[in-house]
Amino acid sequence: MKFNSLKVMIVLLCAFCLTTAAWAENLEIKGSTTVLPIAQKAAEAFMKIYPDVNVSVSGGGSGNGIKAIIDGTTDVADSSRFIKDKEVALAVKKGVYPVPFGVAYDCIVPVVHPTNPIKNLTINQLKDIYKGKVNNWKDIGGPDKKIVVISRDTSSGTYEVWEKLIMKKERVFPGALLQASNGAVAQAVAKNTYAVGYVGLSYLNKDLKPLTVDGVKATAENAMTAAYPISRVLYMFTKGWPTGTTLKFINFMMHPVKGQKIVAEAGYVPLY
Amino acid sequence: MGKRRLAKDKVIQYIFFIFAFVSIAILCMILYFLVREGIPVFGQVSVKDFLFGKYWYPTSDPPDFGIFPLIVASLLVTVCSAAIAIPLGVMTAIYLAEIASTRVKEIAKPMVELLASLPSVVIGFFGMVIVAPFLQDVFDVPTGLNLFNASLMLAFMSVPTICTISEDAIASVPIELKEASLALGATHWESIVRVVIPASLSGLSTAVILGMSRAIGETMVVLMVAGGAAMVPSSIFDPVRPMPASIAAEMGEAPFQGDHYYALFATGMVLFMFTLFFNFIADYISNKHRQVGAATL
Repeated sequence: MKFNSLKVMIVLLCAFCLTTAAWAENLEIKGSTTVLPIAQKAAEAFMKIYPDVNVSVSGGGSGNGIKAIIDGTTDVADSSRFIKDKEVALAVKKGVYPVPFGVAYDCIVPVVHPTNPIKNLTINQLKDIYKGKVNNWKDIGGPDKKIVVISRDTSSGTYEVWEKLIMKKERVFPGALLQASNGAVAQAVAKNTYAVGYVGLSYLNKDLKPLTVDGVKATAENAMTAAYPISRVLYMFTKGWPTGTTLKFINFMMHPVKGQKIVAEAGYVPLY
Repeated sequence: MGKRRLAKDKVIQYIFFIFAFVSIAILCMILYFLVREGIPVFGQVSVKDFLFGKYWYPTSDPPDFGIFPLIVASLLVTVCSAAIAIPLGVMTAIYLAEIASTRVKEIAKPMVELLASLPSVVIGFFGMVIVAPFLQDVFDVPTGLNLFNASLMLAFMSVPTICTISEDAIASVPIELKEASLALGATHWESIVRVVIPASLSGLSTAVILGMSRAIGETMVVLMVAGGAAMVPSSIFDPVRPMPASIAAEMGEAPFQGDHYYALFATGMVLFMFTLFFNFIADYISNKHRQVGAATL
């Protein structure tokens, strides 16, 4: 048994050496679907500047990305939330020190169907709607119709921000429809006259009507000055302080006219 | 020479044994991981609170891991889809096996089977973009993403399974039985109802149960069209959140080896037990009521 596991170790080690030798210029990016559009565009631009580097980008969710950093199966993990205490503990136990880099801001915008007459909601009104306390549009100045509340599934980074900034730790009522992605929320609201939902800034389109929150419009400027109340930082995590190709990529991401321009192109709010 | 041939025979036997063994080994491995990753949640909640707890708030602080609404949703969606798919599937099978002319059958049967080759994400998309707004308009319900829509889409998916297996079962009823029935003066319709269907009942039941077990485990469709509200529905037009949808939606973001992650695996265990139960029933019925020749009716 002991002999066997030793043999396996040796084989794995050889395989590992071989792959690192043959693919020295490989960069793996994995994680949040919210950060995915940024990572994809950045990877394309990065590969144009460094043609000998092969960057592969995949989604899978913030949790999966951070898990991959801890397991060492990725170089960069995208995350739409900060790392959690439990994940840090697990990482430290395995001798890994994840380092966060804030790469962009994202606004979360409450949206309704374009035919809905509502234009503005206060944070308290949003909270009451998602708590299930207000369930008819007429209570907040709309038509006499039941509100169809659309939320994100509870483990998404977007939901976490919503829970923190709008719900203030109270629970979204069980009758809310939960959709699995920003795109699905956008689709569901666009197809339902009396729905309300929330999506990332980059998912706004002509089939959705963005609402102002406490009278403030969700724009890049308002997010940067923190006038708009529902915004968050998007992260990229590296395993320890980045070196080599990973460092090049992070530097590229933070560069005001390279990476940060791509952030704006992808529909998010650049850092500066 | 003879010895060599025997040796070759033995080797081939082993090779086939290994192939057969691989799938069993894989099943066992998956089961092992499912249980290993699911059990730890019961250090956090009791089995009773997990199965019968009414609230599913896996990420709040303190979390609630009650999957009762998810189990109810899964069962309701399966039962409702069966209510739509069984008449459709079985009647199509009877028509194809007994009534349709060969030419109609040649065209219709592959068409029904083609329905099975539609990827579930396509059916889900259809339900989300076409059926949901339609239901909203016609039934004036708040949302078209609901129990009924999901059942309808799942019925589309289980009809081919039910129809194909039922058709085989009906076609394998010994011709002597039908001949005898017709010879006694029964009409075609009477023969179908009194002789053919009772004789193929075990096959029909197997077909129905396999169709239902497909529906209960189906993920993509329920994720897209069931609405996703983790509550016990009060009407057929309420949104629901079946178990597979919950697992698929949350697994990607759940912290690795956190309580939420364990709870999702435990939900997977419950789901697995349901499909296992369905398969056992199917197996039991098809063995117990197996039609052997024409004499056992």
